[in-house]
Amino acid sequence: MIDWNSPRLKVVGLKKFYGERQVINGVDLEVFPGQIVALIGSSGSGKSTLLRCVNQIEDLTDGQIFLDGEEVSAPGVDQDRIRAQIGLVFQSFNLFGHLSILNNITLALRHVKKMDKDKAKSLAMSWLSRIGLGDRGDSYPDKISGGQQQRAAIIRAVAMEPKVLLLDEVTSALDPELVGEVLDLIRELKSGGTTILMATHELSFAREVADWVIFLEQGQIYEQGEAVDFFENPKLPRTIEFLSRMRSR
Amino acid sequence: MDLNNQEISQAEQKRRDYRKQQRKRSVWISLASTLAFAAIVWFGLLATPGWDRVEQSFFNWDVAVEAFPRVIDGLLLNLRVLVAAAILVLFFGLLLAVIGTLKAPVFFPLRVLAKGYVDLFRGLPLIIVLYLVGFGIPGLRLEFLGRIPAEVLGIAALTITYSAYVSEVFRAGIESVHSSQRLAARSLGLSYSQSMRLVVLPQAVRKVVPPLMNDFIALQKDVGLISVLGAIDAVRGAQIEVAKFANFTPYVLAGLLFVLLAIPTIRLADRISARFSSREQQGVSL
Ligand SMILES: Nc1ncnc2c1ncn2[C@@H]1O[C@H](COP(=O)(O)OP(=O)(O)OP(=O)(O)O)[C@@H](O)[C@H]1O
Ligand SMILES: [Mg+2]
Repeated sequence: MIDWNSPRLKVVGLKKFYGERQVINGVDLEVFPGQIVALIGSSGSGKSTLLRCVNQIEDLTDGQIFLDGEEVSAPGVDQDRIRAQIGLVFQSFNLFGHLSILNNITLALRHVKKMDKDKAKSLAMSWLSRIGLGDRGDSYPDKISGGQQQRAAIIRAVAMEPKVLLLDEVTSALDPELVGEVLDLIRELKSGGTTILMATHELSFAREVADWVIFLEQGQIYEQGEAVDFFENPKLPRTIEFLSRMRSR
Repeated sequence: MDLNNQEISQAEQKRRDYRKQQRKRSVWISLASTLAFAAIVWFGLLATPGWDRVEQSFFNWDVAVEAFPRVIDGLLLNLRVLVAAAILVLFFGLLLAVIGTLKAPVFFPLRVLAKGYVDLFRGLPLIIVLYLVGFGIPGLRLEFLGRIPAEVLGIAALTITYSAYVSEVFRAGIESVHSSQRLAARSLGLSYSQSMRLVVLPQAVRKVVPPLMNDFIALQKDVGLISVLGAIDAVRGAQIEVAKFANFTPYVLAGLLFVLLAIPTIRLADRISARFSSREQQGVSL
């Protein structure tokens, strides 16, 4: 149920330099409400940098970012307010080590959304139960498995009801047997209509859940398309090479 | 998990018996060696030609009893100074450390100032700071301040110096918090100060408790230096008694009291460090 009327997230001419080094090289993309867009590309192609720029925890060198039509990269826009509307989950070290799982989830609800304590707590509990962690609310992050940590980190972002959720290779630091439970959660979010832009190395998963795939190469969009079509009929040489390299692993 | 109630194999029983025997043996060995060592030191000291005179003028029981009230009164002043200085040091140390993390250009002068301050007072001997503050500030003749008590000047000097040390400890703690913790906090929409206060500092403070305890122990000794400003603390009190009896025993007494005061803190610091390191790496101690 993608709403094609107007893009939820729109990135125009995004560039990012680290000193002289050009990491993002003019990227344009759109993500529509309910759509899942997968970013793939070899290591160092700029996937993480792109996501961080969208969230603006990294300053842009050039370009614009629109969220529901509002230019959130415009000068004077309160970035903290915007970040609260864009969820971002990293590979690892997402959860705050000094807080219980429950308090990890309630922290931003209380201090950013100004929700009262009890309400935040019951909201967090209901999310935790939904992902089968209802009895782990009082545990600390280092006392639960990596897969549980990542799922908790994802629902911590989702509980803020972001307009778009950015996932940066959320399974790549996990043991293979823990990957499945995290992917299941993302499938569930998709069926709930969450809008997601995700960098991933899990190509078969991208093919299954993503509606659109973007192949990033040296900071530029090299090829993109409908997920199934993209994986079945890649057109350009580097895409073909990348896909066969990934498949042979 | 309680292994004691479980059936154990014969092999394990043998191992345990052996270990028990070894433990008993090592207790006896350490006891014997301690006694031997103490005896050598004791008789060695007693055998020195000047020992009788030293005993008279440093370990005189009657003088110690006479001097006790004044020295203990002074120690109470030291304690009050310690508590006041420790609280102020924590506050200013943390403040300096946080100022050091502010990257925005507006804060440039503040950051440079904080850095310069820390460099200056980490290098400057405490005793010089004490003299400068203790005699410099009254020398300004700020009438509205009235006459500032020596212990207040002492607190100021200790705070000035120790804030510099402690800010370095906090800075290291802040830097040791993984950068993605800060990014995760910001990406949830927490502001810079919220993520500092709610995410980074609580984790940083936990990591620096052991080194902070060391600075606290050092401070506990250094409060004795306020005596140079004329505050009647334990050291100054002892000095008065020394002059009265022409006997050095009050110094020994004051020293002993400082050590007694420090021991609980030192033990506590050991225990905290041990707990911290055991949490970081669980495993056998070899
Ligand atoms: N803070 C930084 N300073 C300088 N260069 C950086 C910085 N962060 C990233 N880079 C460089 O930018 C390039 C893109 O990095 P990025 O992490 O975005 O790649 P990626 O596609 O996410 O790779 P991976 O699949 O390994 O996560 C890399 O060459 C990296 O070295
Ligand atoms: Mg990356």
